[in-house]
This record gives sequence, C-alpha cells and structure tokens, in this order.
Amino acid sequence: MLDRLRQPWTDRRAELTLGALACSVLLVIAFMIAFIAVKAWPSFNANGLSWFSAKGNVDQQLDAMVNSGANPTKADYQLGAWPLIYATLLTTVLSAACALVFSLLASIFIVEFAPERLRRLIVPIVRLLAAVPSVVYGLIGILVIVPFIGGSLISPGRKESVQYVIQLSGTSLIVAVVVLTVMITPIMIAMTVDGLHSIPRSWKEGAVALGVNRWRAMWTVTVRAARPAIMAGVVLATARAIGEAIMISMVAGSKGFAPNPADGITFLFEPLRTMAATIVEDSESINAPAMQASLYAMALLLLAGGFVLSIGSWLAKQPLKKYGVRS
Amino acid sequence: MATSMPPRTPLPPLRVPGQPTGGPPPKKRRANESISTWRLTDRIGYFLMWAAGLLVVAIGLGIVGFMAIKGLQYLRPVLLTSHPQADLDQSKSGGFFDPLVGTVLLTVIGIAIATPIAVATAVWIVEYGRPTWLARVIDSGIEIIAGTPDIVLALFGLVLFQQGIFGWMSFRAEDGAVFGRSFLTAGAMMSLIALPMVFAATREGLQAVPAHVREASYGLGKTRAATIRRVLLPSVKSNISTGAALGMGRIAGDTAIVVVLLGASLRLDPEGGIFGILQGTGGTLTSYVYNNSPAGEGNAAQKAYAAAFVLLLIVIGLNFAVDAIARRGARANGIETSRLGGS
Amino acid sequence: MITNDERERRMDPEQQSSSGAVPPPIRRIRVDTSPTVAPSRPTHAAETLRPTRGAAGPERMTIDGLSVFYGPKEAVKQVSLPIRQGEVLALIGPSGCGKTTLLRTLNRLTELTASARREGQITLDGTDIDDIEVTALRRRVSMVFQQPNPFPMSVFDNVAYALREQGSKRPSRKVLEPYVVDALQRAGLYDEVAHDLSHPALRLSGGQQQRLCIARALAAGPEVLLMDEPCSALDPKSTAVIEDLILELRESLAIVIVTHNLQQAHRVGDHVAFMYLGDLVEYAPGDELFTNPRAERTRDYVGGVFG
Repeated sequence: MLDRLRQPWTDRRAELTLGALACSVLLVIAFMIAFIAVKAWPSFNANGLSWFSAKGNVDQQLDAMVNSGANPTKADYQLGAWPLIYATLLTTVLSAACALVFSLLASIFIVEFAPERLRRLIVPIVRLLAAVPSVVYGLIGILVIVPFIGGSLISPGRKESVQYVIQLSGTSLIVAVVVLTVMITPIMIAMTVDGLHSIPRSWKEGAVALGVNRWRAMWTVTVRAARPAIMAGVVLATARAIGEAIMISMVAGSKGFAPNPADGITFLFEPLRTMAATIVEDSESINAPAMQASLYAMALLLLAGGFVLSIGSWLAKQPLKKYGVRS
Repeated sequence: MATSMPPRTPLPPLRVPGQPTGGPPPKKRRANESISTWRLTDRIGYFLMWAAGLLVVAIGLGIVGFMAIKGLQYLRPVLLTSHPQADLDQSKSGGFFDPLVGTVLLTVIGIAIATPIAVATAVWIVEYGRPTWLARVIDSGIEIIAGTPDIVLALFGLVLFQQGIFGWMSFRAEDGAVFGRSFLTAGAMMSLIALPMVFAATREGLQAVPAHVREASYGLGKTRAATIRRVLLPSVKSNISTGAALGMGRIAGDTAIVVVLLGASLRLDPEGGIFGILQGTGGTLTSYVYNNSPAGEGNAAQKAYAAAFVLLLIVIGLNFAVDAIARRGARANGIETSRLGGS
Repeated sequence: MITNDERERRMDPEQQSSSGAVPPPIRRIRVDTSPTVAPSRPTHAAETLRPTRGAAGPERMTIDGLSVFYGPKEAVKQVSLPIRQGEVLALIGPSGCGKTTLLRTLNRLTELTASARREGQITLDGTDIDDIEVTALRRRVSMVFQQPNPFPMSVFDNVAYALREQGSKRPSRKVLEPYVVDALQRAGLYDEVAHDLSHPALRLSGGQQQRLCIARALAAGPEVLLMDEPCSALDPKSTAVIEDLILELRESLAIVIVTHNLQQAHRVGDHVAFMYLGDLVEYAPGDELFTNPRAERTRDYVGGVFG
C-alpha cells in the first residue's frame, strides 16, 4: 500500500484523488443542510408559520423548554421567535448600512486621497481590525462602551419612561450596532479597495483630463464601475454580521425583547438578543429536545440567510463581466 | 553602448542617492485642485472622508493601545503558567495555562485538517477543473462555507459528531450516546473556518504561476502530477503559508465553536495521555475571556483583559507572519502580492 | 553644463567603431549618438496640396525648456515648442521618446504619477499653467487617449459628463441636450447614434468609441485638444474618418497630436516635431520636415517614407 503511494502518481490517479478531496467540500455542505434541517423539523412542525411570529415572551418559552424533559409534548415546542428574528435583522441592517458609508469613504481615502505616509499606516490597521477576535471586541464593548452608555448617556428620566416595559442598563442595540460596525467595516474596506483598484485607470484619467475634480471623478466613474465589487463586500460583511454570536451576546443585553422604534431615541438603548446569540447562550441546555429543535431551527434560518447572501454576491458580480472588469 | 552615454543635461540639483522615486519638491507651489470650487455636498463629503480615514486609524490605534495598557497592567507571567482555579469564580487565583494550550492545540488541529483539503481543492480547480460545472459548484461551495456563521458550523458539528461512527473522536456515555464535544471534533469544525482562506490564497498563487512554467515542465517530459508536485506546489509554498497563517488567526480568534463544541471548560482532561486530551473537552483563550467577562460566570475582568491581550498578541503575530511570508515569497518568485488581500 | 561639442567628442570613438563594423540599414536609427538638433527656422506658409491653413494663428501655448523626470530618468529633455491656434502640431518619434509624456504635461496629467517631476515653463495664453487651477486648466486643455475610454454609461451621459460634473450645479437633461447634440455632430458621430442616445457607450465600435471620446472632450469647450495616438487602436476606415475630423476641428482649436504613423503626421500636421530619446530633434512645417529634413536623425527616421 505504502509502496504504491511512493510511486510516481499517474495523472489519472492524481486527478481522481484531488477531485475527490475537492468534492468532500460539497459533501460537508450537503450533510450540514440535511442534519440541521432534520434537527430543526420538530420545532417548525409544532409551531407552523407562527414560529416566525411574536407570541408571548420568547424568553419564558425558551426557559420552559429547558424544563420540559426528555419527551416533550407538542405544547413544549411552543415558540414565537419574532423578537429574535427582528433583533437579528435590526442589528445586521443597521450595522451594514453604517459600515457601507464608513467603508466607502475610508476606501476612497485609501485609494485616492490619503497622503502616502498615512496610507502606509492605515492599510495594516485595517488588516489588524479585521483580525481582532470578536471576543475582544465584545470585551471592550461590555467593559468600556456599555458602562459609558449606561452611566452617562441614559438619563434616569429615560430609564423611568420605559421601566414597566424593560430595564435599561447600557447593554443595548446601539452598542451592538456600533461594535458590529467596527467589526465588519474592515472586511468591506478590503473588498472595496480591491474593487476600486481593479477599475481601469484610463476611466479615471479620462474623467480627470476633462477637468473634473478627483472627488467627482472618483464617485461618478470609479465607484460607479466598482459597484459590483462593493456589493460583494457588503454581502460578505453582512453574512458576518448575521452570524455574529459572541460579541452580541456580550453587549446587547441578552433579552428576548423587540426594541420599539416608537420610543424615539430610547429605542437605541433598549436591549435585545439575536438568533446567533441565543444559540450560544442556550447551547448548554441543548440536550433538552425541545430546546435543541428550536436552536437548530434558528441555525437553519441563519444558514438560509447565508445562502441568500451568497446568491446575492454571485448576482452582484455578474454586471462586471459586461465591462470586462475582474472583481 | 548606450549605458556609457554621458548625461546630456546637468543633473537636477539635490538628487539623493538611494531614493529611487521622486526628487526634491518643486520650489514653486502649484495651483492644485482647490476645494473651494467644489459643490457644497462634495466638500462635506470630502471632509467626512478624511474623518472616516482618521477614525479608522484612531479606532485601530485605540483598540491596540487600550488592550496593551490593560494587558500589561494585569498580565503576570504566573498567569501563563498556572492552571485555572477549578471554580467558576476566577477572580481570586489561577491563571490560563490550560486555555493557552487549548488555543494552540485547536489551532494546530484545525489547520492540519484544513490545509491538505484546501490545497488539494485549489490544485484540482486550477490544474484540472473538469467538468467545468463541477469546478464552479465546488468554488461556490467554498464561498458558501466561508459565508456560514461559525455558530451554525458549531451546531452542525455537534449533531454530526454525536453520530455513532464518530464515537472515537469524543467520549461515549454508558448508554452508547456519543458526547460529541472534544478537541478533535471542534478542530474538525475549525478547519472549515480556515479552509476558505487557505483555498483562496493557494488558488491565487497557482493562477499567478505563468503558463510557460508549466509548459517548460511538460516540455521536459514530466507528467501533470509530477509538475504539480515538483514545480507548482513549491512555487506556491508561500501562498499556502500565508493562507494558513490567516486561517490560524481566525481559528485562534473563534469563540462560538469553542463554547458549543469544545465545552469551554476551564481545564484540559488529563486522562489518557495526549490522545485522551484530544478526545476530551477544554477551553481556549477566547472562551476564557468570554467566561471571565461580565457576560460570563467568572466575572474576573482583569484576567479577561490579560488573556485577551495574549490572544491579541497571537493574532497580531500571525498577521506579521503573513506579511513576512508574503514578502519573502514575493521576493523569491518576483510575483506581486495584493495589498489588502485575504483579510 | 556640457556643451554639444564636448558631447560629440566623447561619443566619437564609439560611433566610429559601431558604424564601421556594420553597414547601416536604410531606416536604422542610431542609438549610440546624441542627436543633431536642428535650429528652428521661421515658418512660412508653404503652398502644398494638403489643406493647410494659410497663416499661422496666434500662439496659445508655449513650452519653454521643459524637462520631465520619472524618478531619476529624464523622459523629456529641455524641449521648447509653440502651439498655435488653428493648426495641428504633430509629435512624431519612436516609442518611448517622450512624446506622450510631453503631451500629458500640457494639461498636468503627469502630476497623477507620483514619481514624475517637471522643470521648465509651460504657458497658456501667457499664464504659467502652474498658476491655473488644475481642473480649470484641464477644461481648457482637454485630452483624447490612445485607447478609446468611454465611461460605462450611455452615449448621452458620456458626452454630458464634463458639463454635468464641472459646474457647481448639475444642469438638467433638457439644457444639456443641444450641447450634447452639437458635440456629437462636430465629432461626426451624431448620425450614427441619433436614434438611441441611451445606447451603452461600450457597445459602440472602436472607431465610434474614439469619436465619442472626442465628442466628450469637445463638449467641455476646450481651447486646446491633446490627442495621444488617437487612431492607433483603430482600423484604417475609422482612422480616415478621424483624420478628416481633426482637419475640420483645427478651424476652432489648437490641436496637438502624438502619432506613430508618419503618413498620418504628414496628412494632418501643419507643423511636425520629431522627438528622439526625450530630445526635440526638429520642428518644422510638415512638408518641409518630410521632404527636406535638416537633421540627419530626422532623415533616418522619415527616410524612405516620402520619396
């Protein structure tokens, strides 16, 4: 056996072996979808479409599952996950929107306007920010930003105004969005900078040679043409934001609460918990069958979200081909 | 002949040797782009852009500086070498020797699984890639894995490795149920986090190898397989290392899989030698930080800072390694590497 | 300062050894000697078959002792040239002789290259171009590139681009339309695209794209038009169309064109400047330069082209 391996590989054998290893990737994805879907089925089956709705206190429902024992009845699966879904959407969309503006401006700065010295400083910093573990972001969030917001920004009057609905302690939507934005911006910057660099120089030169200033030339020609790459960056960063569990569970308050925009500014200071954070926090009780099914159902939803985003990024790359631009 | 030609015009003044580009600045200030002629919205945008650029610098330096101050303030050498207290409350005594070992173990296992698969996949896609549709599907598949949240991978790992045939990877209860949580299972899932990065780096390297290199090898009568082994893989070694270092950084920094699939316990399982440890649960620096932050039960912020600082040093060190490898590889191959690639 | 004589003396032994060994081919350009720079002579209106303008117009731009460096490399060496209203100045010379660099210096595009540095003076209507705000300068001295580079937008948006972006307010489409149509007509493209101005510019043919780029430059109302080998990427038919266009446009503009194609330089150039390794070797009315070159090097280069 070993002797045969030592012999020079024939092309055919190499191709088959490498191909088989490559296909193992597909196998993993297939198993992942299958296993998670099977595990999630009881929860969807018991709740139907009301799984996606708001019915009662989601935290109480999850607590009940922990105590429901090894053979839960259909009633034990009761779950209305809307607050968690809403929290996921809220944090993801808000931070992706902030990060898009932030990263676009920073990328233009890096590509076109930054003085050479600053550029040399900023590029490694972006890479560093992308590499900082989420738990470190979470630690800074909970030990620095949360106390600041809870102590200085939320007035006692504001706390009282909603005290019968929710306790405001600093762990909140705003902290989650701010920290999440800082986390995903470097990813977007990396993609956007690559995208802007890939646009033919001749377009920018053509615009500049017409007497258009560099700022307008950048936006009207380069950024416009790099839109697909920028969208791909948004998609990648959004995928990261949807699935962020640890940091959110540390700074967002861990309450199955749906912040209410009608509360005005207070809305930003209300706590919440996303699906990913719920999975992490309740994973200790995953041996309770009802809890298990609920958590896998949330995982399936996150997986579907990732799929939708992957398709989105694939679609976003298509218009590039018309102009012969590589992403 | 042409090289011996004397300069036709006097050299410009003050040309500093060893400064290959640019000369002295022009004496006269040129009328450069003046912002005062811009539209108001453009001017606002321009200042916001500067603000965004400087904010990135400020945040980056702020985070590193803050963690360095806190870390140096609370980090004691004894923390690195002593075991954690066997108690949820870590504030009194005990260090994070076990989590440190856990981070190293998990990173090594994860990258050891990810690298061969990622390299094989990249080689297959670039060098064979037939049928085309399959190559495209596998390519998208890796993109999907890259976009899958770590917490979903963790849950997938849990259900996968609780299957009977994976009993050897973790421990089996008396009724035959497989526990599913261990260094081996967590490492296997961690490999999926590193895989896309190693894959992307390797593929980029292979695509940058000029066609004539391959043709020269075929021309010498080497088979495709031999060309891959003897010519292509050596020439993309630095790309593979870059991807691996980036992947290791991601593994070392991941928390969700550790919490769900490694148990996030404080100490390693010392029974059964090295394989016993691999089959057992444990924790890493990330889970240690998580548990000792106000969000966890440990509630020892000082130790969380110290551990987070060590973690940050590891990640930054891996990033430096990436730069060093890329620079060396670029010098060896004469191939330019991308500016912000891989992050 | 090294004088011409000194330079010649230093070069002498080498020149002899190389020219003695191999008989020079007919169109060979000797690389190892410094060029003989012909003194420029007063221009006069030569009566030829080509449609030249009768009298030279006023000088719009003056290049005075211009040198351009890329790092330590000197790409343009002490060049002085006039650019006159109403005529075409053609720059010819082998690849890498600094023609394009010279052209790009005229509207300060070289400043986009970080390593480029410039010495000497260029004036536009008597004002140093360094004293003109750079976007204002580029509006007056516009440029057409070697590769057609229409933006990835519609034909209309391409032509309207400069008008829309250079002012302090975006004019409406209604206001822009006559200007766009006029520019397209002057570039001779209107009849071909009139049926659909929202057609994507990148779907036009190469020749149409280049004329679109000319229209785009014209729409901004430039006083000087710089053309960097505008036909080198085009087929002969499109080239002929663009050459006719250049002859029409010079009525209202000063045009500087860089070209590799000697026949083209002869056809469109009222004055022709021959550059070699960054030096301006000869500057003369087109007919004279091609039929009776003064410098030996010019003769080598254009020799055999015009019997």
